[in-house]
Amino acid sequence: MRHLWPLALLTAAVGVWELVVRAAQVPDYLFPAPSAIASALGSDAGLLASATLVTLREVVLGYLLAVALALALAVALHFSDALRRALLPILVLSQTVPTVLLAPVLAILLGYGITPKLVVVAIVCFFPIVVNAVDGLRSTDAELVQMMRTLHGSRLAIFRRVEVPGALPAVFSGARIAATYAAVGAVFGEWAGSSAGLGFVMLQAQPALLTARIFAAVLILCVLALALYAAVSLAERLLVPWKLEVAHA
Amino acid sequence: MSHPILEVEAASARDTAAGVALTGVVRVLGGRRVLDGVDVRVPFHGRLGIVGRSGVGKSTLLSLVAGLDEPDAGSVTVCGRASAPARLAQCALMPQRDCLLPWRTALDNACLALENSGVPRKEARRRAAPLFARLGLAGAELLRPAHLSSGMRQRVAFLRTLLAGKETLLLDEPFGALDAITRAELQEWLLAALAGEPRTILLVTHDVEEALLLCERVVVLADGRVALELDADLPREVSRRELVTSPAFLELRERALEAIG
Repeated sequence: MRHLWPLALLTAAVGVWELVVRAAQVPDYLFPAPSAIASALGSDAGLLASATLVTLREVVLGYLLAVALALALAVALHFSDALRRALLPILVLSQTVPTVLLAPVLAILLGYGITPKLVVVAIVCFFPIVVNAVDGLRSTDAELVQMMRTLHGSRLAIFRRVEVPGALPAVFSGARIAATYAAVGAVFGEWAGSSAGLGFVMLQAQPALLTARIFAAVLILCVLALALYAAVSLAERLLVPWKLEVAHA
Repeated sequence: MSHPILEVEAASARDTAAGVALTGVVRVLGGRRVLDGVDVRVPFHGRLGIVGRSGVGKSTLLSLVAGLDEPDAGSVTVCGRASAPARLAQCALMPQRDCLLPWRTALDNACLALENSGVPRKEARRRAAPLFARLGLAGAELLRPAHLSSGMRQRVAFLRTLLAGKETLLLDEPFGALDAITRAELQEWLLAALAGEPRTILLVTHDVEEALLLCERVVVLADGRVALELDADLPREVSRRELVTSPAFLELRERALEAIG
C-alpha cells in the first residue's frame, strides 16, 4: 500500500513521456519512447542478459569486497586512536578524487579483466560503510560499557557483546547507501576498458545510435541497484530484528 | 576467658576486611570537590543506603567503590583490597537505567556476566533459568527487553547483577524510574531476593523511605560529606504499611530529610 503513490506517479510520468515523444515525433535515436525501450529489451534480450550477468558479478563481488575491507578497517580504526586520527582525515580527503578519473588508471594498472572493475566498485562503496561503522562502534553507550566492566567484561567481551551488535544498525545504514553506488561503479569500470557488461553494451550502442538499447541498459542497472538494496535491507531485517522493536517501544 | 574476645575480634576484622570501607575520600570533578572527606563503612553482607540531593556525589561514590574511578585522596577498599582492578573484580554495578541489551532476550541478558567469565551460553542459560522461576520472572525468559514492562526490566537487570557472582552489589537508584506501585512491589521483591542470596549492598537513592526500608544503615550525603549516619534499627517483621507509619520510622525519616536540607 505504501508503494501505491510512488508507483502511480512513476506510471504517470512514463505515460506523459510516451505521449510527448509520440506527439512531437521525436526520432528513437534522439530520445526513445518507453515503448521503444521496452521493445529493445525484448529484441536485445540475449545480448542484455549476458551483459547483465557480467555486470551483476562485478557489482556483487565488488560490493562484498568493499564490505569486507570496510568492516576490517572500521574495527582497526575503532581499536587504535592513533590510526583513526591519522587515517580518517585521509579517507575523507580520498573521497574528493572522482572515481571516474581513477577507473582508467586502474585499467592501465590492472588490465581489462574483472579485477579493475571490482576495485572501482569497492572504492565507490567502501567509504559510507567505513564511516558509518566507525561512528556506530564509537557511539556505544558509556553506561553499557561500565556495566559490562563490572560484570567480568573484558575489552574483547565488550566489543563482541555490546559494541558490535550496537553498531549493526549504523553499519547497515552505510551498507544500504553503498548498495546504491555499486552499479554505477561497475559501469565506470567498464567504460575505462572492457569487452563485456552493461557499460560495454552502452559504449557500443552509442556510436551506432541505438539509444533505446542504452536506455534499456540503464533500466537494468537501476533494477540491479534496487535488488542489491533490497538484499541488504533483508539481511538487516534478519540480523537486526530488535531494531524495529526498539523503535516501537 | 580470652576465647570469646578473640572470636569477636576475628569477626570484626572479617567484617571490615570483607565489606566496603571508604576513608577520607576526596574526589574533585570539574574543579568541584564532589566528595570532600567521606568516611563510610559497610560490614560484610551489610546493607547501606546512601541518600542525598542529586549532584551530591552519590553515583561518584559508587564509581569509586566499583573501581571505575580513583579518589584524589583517601582510600577505598572492597573486601580489604584497595587497587582499582581488585575493586572492579569484587563489585557488580546496577545502573539507574536498566541497561539491558536490546538484542538479547531477558534470559541472555541475565547470562551476560556468566558468558563474560567464559561460561558457554548453554550452560549459562541452564544456571540462570531457575532464578527466573524463583524470582517471579517465569515466562519472560525468551522476551527481548522491548517486550518487558519497566518493572520486569529492572528485575532482569538485578538478576544480571546478581549472577555476576560478586559479593558486593552497587545499586544506583535501581527503582528511580518506576511508578510508585511498581517501586513498592520491587522493593519487596528485592528484599526477598536478598534474603535468599545475601550480599554486601550499597544502595544509592534519593528516596529516604526506600533507603530505610531496604537497608540496615543509612548515610546522608551533603556538601561532599557524610552529614548523618542512621541505624535503621526497625521492627522488620511487621507489614510494610505498619512499618512506614511507625513512630520510629517517621523519626528516622524526619532526621534524614532534615540532614539532606
